[in-house]
Amino acid sequence: MNIHEYQAKEIFRKYNVPVPRGKVAFTVDEAVEAAKELGGDLWVVKAQIHAGGRGLGGGVKLAKSLDEVRHWADEILGMTLVTHQTGPEGKVVHKVYIEEGADIAKEYYLGMLLDRAAEMPVMMASTEGGMEIEKVAAETPEKIVKVTIDPTIGFQGFHGRKLAFGLGLPKEEVGTFVKFAAALYNAYMDNDAELVEINPLIKTGDGRFLALDAKMGFDDNALYRHPDISEMRDLDEEEPTEVEAKAHGLSYVKLDGNVGCMVNGAGLAMATMDIIKHEGGEPANFLDVGGGANPETVAKGFEIILKDPNVKAIFVNIFGGIVRCDRVANGILEATKITDVTVPVVVRLDGTNAEEAAEILKNANIQNIIPAENLADGARKAVAAAKGEL
Amino acid sequence: MSILVNKDTKVIVQGFTGKEGTFHASQCIDYGTQIVGGVTPGKGGQEHLGRPVFNTVAEAVEATGATVSMIFVPPAFVADAVMEAAEAGIELAVIITEGAPVRDMMYAKMYATKKGMSTIGPNCPGIITAEECKIGIMPGFIFKKGPVGLISKSGTLTYEASNQVVKEGLGITTAVGIGGDPIIGLSYKQLLPMFEADPETEAIVMIGEIGGDLEIQAAEFIKENITKPVVAFIAGQTAPKGKRMGHAGAIISGSSGTAAEKMEALEKAGVKVVVSPADIGKAVKEVLGR
Repeated sequence: MNIHEYQAKEIFRKYNVPVPRGKVAFTVDEAVEAAKELGGDLWVVKAQIHAGGRGLGGGVKLAKSLDEVRHWADEILGMTLVTHQTGPEGKVVHKVYIEEGADIAKEYYLGMLLDRAAEMPVMMASTEGGMEIEKVAAETPEKIVKVTIDPTIGFQGFHGRKLAFGLGLPKEEVGTFVKFAAALYNAYMDNDAELVEINPLIKTGDGRFLALDAKMGFDDNALYRHPDISEMRDLDEEEPTEVEAKAHGLSYVKLDGNVGCMVNGAGLAMATMDIIKHEGGEPANFLDVGGGANPETVAKGFEIILKDPNVKAIFVNIFGGIVRCDRVANGILEATKITDVTVPVVVRLDGTNAEEAAEILKNANIQNIIPAENLADGARKAVAAAKGEL
Repeated sequence: MSILVNKDTKVIVQGFTGKEGTFHASQCIDYGTQIVGGVTPGKGGQEHLGRPVFNTVAEAVEATGATVSMIFVPPAFVADAVMEAAEAGIELAVIITEGAPVRDMMYAKMYATKKGMSTIGPNCPGIITAEECKIGIMPGFIFKKGPVGLISKSGTLTYEASNQVVKEGLGITTAVGIGGDPIIGLSYKQLLPMFEADPETEAIVMIGEIGGDLEIQAAEFIKENITKPVVAFIAGQTAPKGKRMGHAGAIISGSSGTAAEKMEALEKAGVKVVVSPADIGKAVKEVLGR
């Protein structure tokens, strides 16, 4: 689960990770009010969406007067912001963060995530603040300093010093930086974060470090023990169909093709997308209906797949193990009664009681249900059906 | 022969009396697995599925001589259960539970390693030695005895692959579902040498997916150490970047963890990589020259 910058900064404050003062606003008036309360003569108006690259897309503006705050808040609130991370359709901005302007002497990058190979968290720092870290890693990897941190000993001074000296900080700034990094480590670990990024981390003219931006993502499996963070979920930022699928215990990801897929198991669901492509088609989605594949979940699966108007055929690919294929076959027939399935459905059922299942589908004799012999046959038929060739 | 488990392996179940634990333990018993008891705190002294229930893993190990534990406890208690098993001298914990927090698994695996206990999973179908011992939730009948070792991150793809292998007239020595979480126990790199050393295993199938670099590590290892033929399939060739595909670990971050890079590394290591998941069985037959 991801959260907004303003929410990440709330968490930072709680953990004594220094951030500029700021306030979130949902309307233009609130934005101006927030700027007044903050005081000073320089503010930044920042669009709050779950995507990077907001500045380049026109979602971050400097304001030198309250009138300018009003102007930019009016401009940004309600705009559809397109960045390299939003996709071409962009995201509508529902709130802005008003922040006091900062005196930037130098920009850095500081981030933390799980190093899957080391099976420990890793903290990364770079002198290339403001740049996308992926790009830095690809083009100038020598500019990234990393430390893996054994959580059983926690964050130690030497971890921080390695990063600080690696960034080339003068010795009088090392102590401040180490304190900053230690605070960030605590914010990450305590909240079961899976990612935290500060880009840029700035050094001010008077030698302080401040998180000018903040991005945090969390381990979904650990949210149950962080009700405060669960409350930060913003459904406006998530694909509505994916949210609906999840509510019904299904895992769905929309793609661009026209062959809908309904599969049990995540690995087989990915493999099903792959084989559709291999047979000359394009998958419309990833959909894992889980182990059960009962009539209700299958019906819901059809409903979700068919929300995508691009879908011209559906490939149901179920490998029945503990769940018997004859039950799944009946489930599919039942589901077509609950949901009006308007496109051809190619069904491949293999595993426990596959023959009985084939018999059930054959005898049902429903025109747009097409049984398949095996995985390859099913993929071929689904691709052909989507092209109107079946 | 086989790897890790066989007909003599004594197994206890943590989370024995729960719904999942009960259902799958009884399936394992039907398959012939030596389930010698189980643990449910507070239910010690009772009997369940005709086996004794204990309050602690230590008591269960002492009374039964079990060396393997199959874990079904709810996600919030997985780390505790794994560490209890390690403390009690269990040699292998098979963690079926889905949804354990990454931080918990990080600590649990470190402690298991320190105590010399291996783990499989979490969020996996388990391990099965064909026609001898099933420790997990896989449909047993799909796994017929034969010369092929199987390592897979995905449950249903494991069944799919085994089914294809069996349809080609071959079969399985041992199949291990390693799970698709960001932190898992035994992986390709630890399991490959076991299959290499197993005289009954003649070929190895590895099924990977997007995310992380375990398959790349495996490729490097295969190049140097594995002489038996290996067939691989990587799921998620068509997966978009930055999207989690069902499994917590199945996500392409930036440009790393793609199927393409894994397939390329494996091919370079001399592995027979199939593009279509329907070709796994055929490829195994081919590499075995049958």
